[in-house]
Amino acid sequence: MSDVIETTTAPTVSIRIPMILRPHVGGANKVAATGATLGALFADLTTRFPGIASQVLTADGTLHKFVNVYVNDDDVRYLGKLDAPIKAGDEVTILPAVAGGSI
Amino acid sequence: MTVFHSILDTIGNTPIVDVSVLSPNPRVRILAKLEGQNPGGSVKDRIALSMIEQAEKDGRLVPGSILIEPSSGNTGIGLAMVCGQRGYHIKIVLPSNVTPERRQMLEAFGAEIIDSPGSEGSNGAVKLAKEFAEQHPEWVFLYQYANPANPQAHFEGTGPEILADVPDITHFIAGLGTSGTLIGVGSFLKKMKPDVQIWAVEPPSGEMVDGLRNLDDGYIPPIFTDNNGFELLDRKKVIGPRESLEATRRMVRECGVFAGISSGAIMAAAIKCAAEIDEGVIVTIVCDAGWKYLSTGAYSDDLDLVTERAKKVIYF
Repeated sequence: MSDVIETTTAPTVSIRIPMILRPHVGGANKVAATGATLGALFADLTTRFPGIASQVLTADGTLHKFVNVYVNDDDVRYLGKLDAPIKAGDEVTILPAVAGGSI
Repeated sequence: MTVFHSILDTIGNTPIVDVSVLSPNPRVRILAKLEGQNPGGSVKDRIALSMIEQAEKDGRLVPGSILIEPSSGNTGIGLAMVCGQRGYHIKIVLPSNVTPERRQMLEAFGAEIIDSPGSEGSNGAVKLAKEFAEQHPEWVFLYQYANPANPQAHFEGTGPEILADVPDITHFIAGLGTSGTLIGVGSFLKKMKPDVQIWAVEPPSGEMVDGLRNLDDGYIPPIFTDNNGFELLDRKKVIGPRESLEATRRMVRECGVFAGISSGAIMAAAIKCAAEIDEGVIVTIVCDAGWKYLSTGAYSDDLDLVTERAKKVIYF
């Protein structure tokens, strides 16, 4: 986390990266990013790792259909999507959407 | 007491039990609908019967028909039970890492099992079943993820049962698999009582997503998108195996409700919901009972050990 320069009071939190996206972040399974909302966090992430942008966001800047993003244990699609608030200590997880559950 | 003509007539009308002893908030009641009381042992008996009866009405199923379906267990068991009564042969595409009890129950009811790679989870079972269905157009593929008779069973059965028993419901919480329970019950409750909040719970996808080569291998159930699931749900939580197991054990020991592990995940979310809201009445689904998970040691072994084991089997 020490490589992130704090320019605002926005929190710096860790983002867990699924295996499928790790090539876009230099192979890391966790990346730190700063932002008070998920959108700001992703803006920071994609500035430093441009390759991941087209993977998690569509051309018009919304969340990719087959990407699920969680703040702690909550899916952000029901917390305001990219407007979902981020606070210090939160953990963000990016996961591909797959079939699961009891079937 | 009524004498039922067939075991299939005993599907549905399951009891709801007050488990508010688990609620961290005295102004929030938590109620559990015990779907494990269905004859095949899970909530899936409802959709099994509904999908088969609809296919019979449509003329897709005729005497001697062969069915194929992907299932991690419960839908397969329900379908095998109904097929046994109606004289159909069913092939279940089953991820190899389900509990042995699920596999044995499928065999007990006469299903033929086709294994799919455990590392690919339910996603892999769905993919393989679709391939078989394409190669064998003569087989009937009910495809629970896209079959309108799945949510319909809950819109006409589970939902009305809940509202009749709990007219003051404020929150409904269920597991997300095909999304049939959430879409069917959720749509019914929102129609009758628009203020009711609908929360979904899912297990972490874990190691199985590591097998994906491409994000577009991803999957969202057609039932979910066809019925505006993103608009219908108010929250969706991921609950990990440890929390699920802890809540499962509390249900057994504090309430005497011998629930399966996915029901523990749902209860863990209900406990969080109760802590978050000021007051309310939460109804949760107990998808199945604990019988099919005894081999995992979920109820008695060391929690750390069982948590590690749970990561390797499909328990949801």
